[in-house]
Amino acid sequence: MTPALRLSGIVHRFGATVALDGASLEVRPGEVHALLGENGAGKSTLLGILGGLLEPRSGTMDVDGSPYAPRSPRDARDHGIALIHQELSLFPLLSVAENVLMGNEPSRRGLWDRREARRLTQAVLAEFGHPEIDPDATVGRLAIGARQVVEICRAIAARARVVLMDEPTSSLPRGDVDRLFATIGRLSAAGVAVVYISHFLEETRAVASAFTVLRDGRTVATGALSSVTNDQLIALMVGRTVGELFPHREGRPGGEAVLEVAGLTAPGLRDASFALRGGEVLGVFGLMGSGRTEMVRALYGLSRPAAGRVSVARRERPLGAPPARRLADGLGYLSEDRKGEGLAIPLSVADNVTATRLRSCSRRGILDPVLQRRQSAERADELKVRMRDPGQAVRTLSGGNQQKIAFARLVHQDASVLLLDEPTRGVDVGSKAQIYEAIARAAAAGKGVLMVSSYLPELLGVCDRLAVMSRGRLGPARPVAEWTPESVLEAAIGA
Amino acid sequence: MRSERRQRVLRLGPFVGLLLVVGFFAVASGAPERYLSANNLRVVLAQTVIVAIGAIGMTLVIVGGGIDLAVGSTIALTGVLCALAVRDGFSPVLGVLAAVLTGGVVGLVSGLAITRLRVVPFIATLGMLGVARGTAKWLASQTTVNAPATWIGELAVTFPPAPWMLFAPGVWITLALAVLMAFVLRRTVFGRRVFALGSSEAAARACGIAIDRLKLAIYGTAGLFFGLAGVMQMSRLRQGDPTVAAGTELDVIAAVVIGGGSLNGGEGSIAGSMVGALVMAFLRNGSQQMGWPTYVQEILIGVIIVAAVAVDRWRHAQGEGE
Repeated sequence: MTPALRLSGIVHRFGATVALDGASLEVRPGEVHALLGENGAGKSTLLGILGGLLEPRSGTMDVDGSPYAPRSPRDARDHGIALIHQELSLFPLLSVAENVLMGNEPSRRGLWDRREARRLTQAVLAEFGHPEIDPDATVGRLAIGARQVVEICRAIAARARVVLMDEPTSSLPRGDVDRLFATIGRLSAAGVAVVYISHFLEETRAVASAFTVLRDGRTVATGALSSVTNDQLIALMVGRTVGELFPHREGRPGGEAVLEVAGLTAPGLRDASFALRGGEVLGVFGLMGSGRTEMVRALYGLSRPAAGRVSVARRERPLGAPPARRLADGLGYLSEDRKGEGLAIPLSVADNVTATRLRSCSRRGILDPVLQRRQSAERADELKVRMRDPGQAVRTLSGGNQQKIAFARLVHQDASVLLLDEPTRGVDVGSKAQIYEAIARAAAAGKGVLMVSSYLPELLGVCDRLAVMSRGRLGPARPVAEWTPESVLEAAIGA
Repeated sequence: MRSERRQRVLRLGPFVGLLLVVGFFAVASGAPERYLSANNLRVVLAQTVIVAIGAIGMTLVIVGGGIDLAVGSTIALTGVLCALAVRDGFSPVLGVLAAVLTGGVVGLVSGLAITRLRVVPFIATLGMLGVARGTAKWLASQTTVNAPATWIGELAVTFPPAPWMLFAPGVWITLALAVLMAFVLRRTVFGRRVFALGSSEAAARACGIAIDRLKLAIYGTAGLFFGLAGVMQMSRLRQGDPTVAAGTELDVIAAVVIGGGSLNGGEGSIAGSMVGALVMAFLRNGSQQMGWPTYVQEILIGVIIVAAVAVDRWRHAQGEGE
C-alpha cells in the first residue's frame, strides 16, 4: 500500500540550533500514528514542515506517492494536509463559523455565504458531537475546551487526508477527549491518516496503533505500539533508562504552617480552606473549570477575593493585596500559561530568572550584568536547563527548558511558599523528572509547596497530602496514601 | 442572551457620545434652532467629508491590524496632482482619477515596504509620510497650484450647486462609499479575512490566507480613499496646496478609535468611524459657535479620544466578566 505520507532525511536548523537531523516518518492511509519524543526532540518542527510553516534544509517528502514540498500553509492544505496547533490559533473576535471556515469560505462572487457557512459549521459540530455550540457565537466568549473543539472542527471541515495533531488534548476536559478519540476513529475509518503528538502515553495507546520516536532530531525507533511497553518507549525517548520518574523524598514534614487560608471566596471559587506547612508538598487536583487555577490566582492577588482570610508565616495578610505585596510576603507563583504570563519570552534567561529578585544582583538600583548572568547560570544548572548561555532569549529554548527557567525564577526568588499551577504542562518526561526533583529540593529546604495539577500520577508521586477541587469547592486534604486514582476522580467529578 | 443584548447597547456608545455632544452645544449655544439648523448641518458635514473619507480607508487598515500615518501627506500629494492635471488642461475626470489612483499607488508602496521589507506598518508609513509630503512639494514647486474652476470645486462646498441635493455632492459620495465599505467588511470574504488578519495574523496564516497579498489589498484600497480625500481637500481649497492636511492622519485615526476601532486590530466598524468623525466635527463647530479659542477644541478632542477608548476598555471588561 502506498503510504499516505513518507518523510526521509529531513534536516532543519533554527540559527545554530539543529532541530531536525535526518528525521523520517511513514504513515499509511487510515493509520493513527503517534509521534513521540521529549520536548526539543523536533516533533513540532516536523509538523511545522509538514504543515508548510517551515521549509526543511534537506530531505524528501511524499504524499500519496508523489513528491511534496509545501511553500505555505495554503499549499499544504491544497495537498490535503491539515495542522491542528499546539497553541490555540483562533480568532477570538470572530464567530465559530468564521473560525471553522476561514481560508476555505463558502462564497458566491466574493460574498461570504452566511447561510451555507452556518449549515456547514453545524454539520461539522454535530459530527464532532458538539451540536450545542452555536455557529454564530463569538469564539472569545467560549470556554477554552469549546475553543479547542472549534480548532479541531476546522481540520474536519477542510476534509483533510492527513491530519496533524500537536497535543490536541492538552486543554480538553475528559469528555471532549473521548469525543476527540471517537472523531479520530471516524477519520481513520474514512482512510484519513492521523499523526498524533501527545505527552500522555496512556492516551496515545488509546488512540494510536503505530509510533515513531524522535530523539535529538533523529528518528530512533518506529513500529507497532502493541509491540512495546511504556518503559521501553520512555527509554527510547530519553535515550537512557529512567529509574524513578518521581524523586525519593526523605522524612515527613513537621514544620510550622507557612500558609493558612480560611474561607477564601473569589470568582469561580467558594469557601476554600487549608493549611500548608513548611517542608510539605500539598497537591490540589481538579478538572478544568473546577476553580483550581482561580484559587491560586486569588491567593497571589491576580484576582480579587470576595471573602476569606490569608495568613503567611502565621501573620494575617490583607485580602486582595496586589502580587507585589504577595511577593514581598514570600509567595512565589508559577503560571499555567507559560508564554502569556509565566515568562517574558523575548528576554534573556538571565532577565527571566532574576526578575523577581533583581536586588540580588544590583547595587543601589544599578544592575550588575556579570553577577546577574552568573546567578542565573547557577539556577539554570540546578535544573539542568539545556542552553548556550544566560544571555540567550528564552524564546529560543524548547518548551521543557522554558518551564525550567520559570521554575528557576521561583528558586532564585527564595520564596517561602511556592504556588505551582500545572508545573509540568506540555513538558517532556526528562524535564518533568527534573522539575519534580526541584520541587522535592524546595520542600527539603523547608519551603511550602502548593501544587495544582490535572495530571494525577504526578500529584500522587510528588505530594505529601492531596485535596480535590470540584465545582469551585476544595475538599479536605488527606495524606496521599489514603487516596486512590479512583477515589480522586470520584471526588473531582463530584459524584 | 442578556449579555449579548447589553453588548449591543454598549456598542452604541459612539452614537450616544455624538448625541451628547450635539445636545450639549444645542443647549449651551443658547440658540438650538441655529445650531441644529439645516445650514449649520451643511457646514459641519462639508467640513467632515475629508476626515470621513480618510476614516473609511483607515478603518480597513486598523481592523486589519495595521496603521497608516501617511494620510495627511497623501491628501496633499493627490490634491496637488489633481490641481496640476486640471491646470494643464486635462479634463477634471482625469484629474480625479489620477489623484485617486495615485493614492492607491502610495498605499501599495507602503504595503510593499510592509510585506517585502518586513518593516512594521508604523515605520513604513512614517517613512511614506515624509516621501509623499516631499513629492507633493516637489511637484508643486513648493507653492500652491492654482487650477481653473471646474465641477471639482463644487464637490465639497458647504452649499450644494443645486438645492435639491440638500447637501454637497461630497457628502453623498462619502455616504455611498461608507455603505459600500461597511458591506464589504461585513459580508464579503475579503472583509472577513481582514478581520481575521487583525484578530491574529499567525492564525490567519495557518488558515491558508495569503497574508502578504491581503495586506497589499488593504493598504492599496485604503490609499484609494486617501486619494479621494485629497480631491475633496483640493475642492475645498480650490487649489492644490502641498503643505495642507499636516496631521490629518491623527484626526482620521481618532475618528476610527472614537468609533470603536482597536489599534490591536480585529475590531472597528465603518458606522462607528463615521460617527467618530462627526463627533469631532460637531465639537469643532460647536466650540467655534461658542466663541471658544481653538486651543479649547484641541484639549476637548484630546480628552474625548482617551475617554472613548477608556469607555471601550470598560465595555470589554464587562463582556469578559460574564
